[in-house]
Amino acid sequence: MSQPLLARYAECIYWMARYMERAENLARLVEVNEVFARDHRGNHNWDAIIRLNADWDAFRKRHDEATEANVTYFYLLDPEHPGSVYSTVRMARENARTLRPFISTEMWTHLNAIYNRLRAVEAGPGRLPNIADFCKRLKQDCQAHNGITEGTFYRDQGWAFYQIGKYLERADQTTRLIDVKYHALLPSPSDVGSPLDESQWNALLRSVAGYHAYRRAHPHDLSPAKVASFMILNGQFPRSVRYCVGECSRNLATLITTFQLPRGIEVTDPIDVLHQRLEESDIESIIAFGMHEFLDSVQVELIEVSRAMARAYFGGEE
Amino acid sequence: MNESIGAGIGLPGYDPQGFFCEIFGGAQGAPAPSPAIQERLKQLDTNDLSARAKAAEEELFNLGITFTVYTEREAIDRILPFDVIPRLIGAREWVGLDRGVKQRVTALNHFLHDIYHDQKIIKDGVVPSELINGNKNFRPQMVGLNLPHDTYVHICGIDLVRGADGAFRVLEDNARTPSGVSYVIENRHMMLRAFPDLTRDIGLRDVDEYGARLHKAMHEVAPVDIDEPQVVLLSPGTYNSAYFEHIFLAREMGVPLVEGRDLLVGEDDRVYMRTTAGLAPVHAIYRRIDDDFIDPEVFREDSMLGVPGLMRAYWKGNVTLANAVGTGVVDDKAVYAYMPRVIKYYLDEDPIIENVETHICGEAEGLRYTLDNLDKLVVKPVGESGGYGILIGPQASKEELAQFREKLKADPANFISQPVISLSVCPTLVDGRIEPRHVDLRPFCITGRDSWVLPGGLTRVAIKRGSLVVNSSQGGGSKDTWVLTE
Repeated sequence: MSQPLLARYAECIYWMARYMERAENLARLVEVNEVFARDHRGNHNWDAIIRLNADWDAFRKRHDEATEANVTYFYLLDPEHPGSVYSTVRMARENARTLRPFISTEMWTHLNAIYNRLRAVEAGPGRLPNIADFCKRLKQDCQAHNGITEGTFYRDQGWAFYQIGKYLERADQTTRLIDVKYHALLPSPSDVGSPLDESQWNALLRSVAGYHAYRRAHPHDLSPAKVASFMILNGQFPRSVRYCVGECSRNLATLITTFQLPRGIEVTDPIDVLHQRLEESDIESIIAFGMHEFLDSVQVELIEVSRAMARAYFGGEE
Repeated sequence: MNESIGAGIGLPGYDPQGFFCEIFGGAQGAPAPSPAIQERLKQLDTNDLSARAKAAEEELFNLGITFTVYTEREAIDRILPFDVIPRLIGAREWVGLDRGVKQRVTALNHFLHDIYHDQKIIKDGVVPSELINGNKNFRPQMVGLNLPHDTYVHICGIDLVRGADGAFRVLEDNARTPSGVSYVIENRHMMLRAFPDLTRDIGLRDVDEYGARLHKAMHEVAPVDIDEPQVVLLSPGTYNSAYFEHIFLAREMGVPLVEGRDLLVGEDDRVYMRTTAGLAPVHAIYRRIDDDFIDPEVFREDSMLGVPGLMRAYWKGNVTLANAVGTGVVDDKAVYAYMPRVIKYYLDEDPIIENVETHICGEAEGLRYTLDNLDKLVVKPVGESGGYGILIGPQASKEELAQFREKLKADPANFISQPVISLSVCPTLVDGRIEPRHVDLRPFCITGRDSWVLPGGLTRVAIKRGSLVVNSSQGGGSKDTWVLTE
């Protein structure tokens, strides 16, 4: 029989993992826009991020216009915006602070250092650091966090909660990344026959560190449908939606069987339904259904999984 | 001769100014603990020392070995200032301190058991009834409750000072929730990393056992019918200034660090914690929350930190609290004044470590003496801790003395007075120079079935020149305390 884990700790572990994963993906999202802020039709895409995160109300309270400076400040460094990288890292660090008796000193020290460095950046909408450098550094910080966690986290039930938090968030963020770019990058119906802007699709794959993996899966061709399929349905790519949902399902099974926590059974329903749907779908049917509609429905199901996790494990009642 | 001690022993510019020095000994021929370490200290270059001290403080900060100060905007983590020059205690001297601390804790436990049962010590006229039964920290809820091994004070910190004569004396007892032990252990780890050259081949008593000893004691005092008791540490939460210590102790014991909201008391009057598997039983709680806040059903009803019904479970013997409820009565400085008589009464022994001479202002003779000698005495309010509200006579202005005299006359029972003690000093690195600074010593004693004292304890140092106040809340720092082996 393993040591009991406080429900509150399980919740903190889950959210620490989610927030760190979110911070990394926010940096990826902003970076991908920074690299090609204008699509091939010359449109600004900065408002697409705001739309996808459903942040228009919060954004308008602070800024008049979705300029590059305003949007990047809003998503990277604005301490007043709960959805900024800064706030996200702060929340991860608050959870880690609560978890200090539980996590390794290395994990805590490193997370604390990331936060302290973010706090030291003096920034405003008119005063931003180099965005590409900033995002690159932050991605590295988050990856180092992952590495330290992998190398030091004691493999009790807490580890499974960490993994579920991380992969749920990553699945959600990958759907958003595809959603923000897929339609913007499609050749418009009026330019039928115009060449595909391959560099943009390459950049999208690079933003999820998936370019080389994609090339191994598809050495010869690059098409919007194949890129979307790779990011949604590939079973080996660690940022694909299907892979992430599979990891959630696997870790949930570990909680239920290895750690004898049968309350998770109510979570298996929504997660297994989603996992099966991803395993059985093909990209043609998704496109026929509507890419945005499909991704939206996945997000709704991920939210249901998260709610079921809270009911099963974080309440702590009989 | 006093003036020449520093110059004579070769730390350039170091002069203990007639005070007893914890490394080089006293003016009256008290022996220094270790010539070998003296030699090594002399060879240290102060620039190198300063550089290493700076690195050590940075490391403490990065490791999060901090206490938290709150401003309106945010929480700021600060380290307790750490001085790299250790404080030494010789092997033979430690034997006496170890015995003296155990003796005192044994007497405190007898005393608490008695005052919450038959109160024989009052009936026999050794301590006045009012002192106990009228004490604001006396908890009537504890009367008649029997505790495993009759242990009330599981963790005790006893503050010791050394005067010019080289003798240690007890300054106060901390029988509620003494803090600081995490610094003792972390300071040692820091010293071993930063000064391997200073510690090499010197026989030092380990301090690493503390967590295991504490866990063992918690097992011993858990309710008797439990095979594998679940121990937890109950903290007020991340916003408590001592949160680091709570983390430290929970980790050292390998037990969950819980907050009040993680616990509940069931209809069966047993304590449970909320886990991912549902409710799991809890049997022994090392609580770092004051009596007032632990159970809103019994004590302060506005407390959000405690656990409703905890006292019910306690009363049924379903859970052990460490320290017991109601130990605060012996922290009182007026009760302290009676401790030599308390030790004699229960153990029929003289105190191995004596009290500082103390005048009880609640008694006519003590008040008269205190008023007559106000400018020579230290006067303390009996119920305060942390060095607050103290008058240091020789350092006070005429106005301050006059004001205090009125306060004293208005409520004499609220004060005790003691002579100013020429607190011993220890060489301390201040702004790149080695200067004498006053220190005290807080040994920690753990009691389950028996008592055990952590070799050494927390040495607090008053960083300000001439200051006698070592409390961390008032600018004190700490040092590593080295108890030498034979």
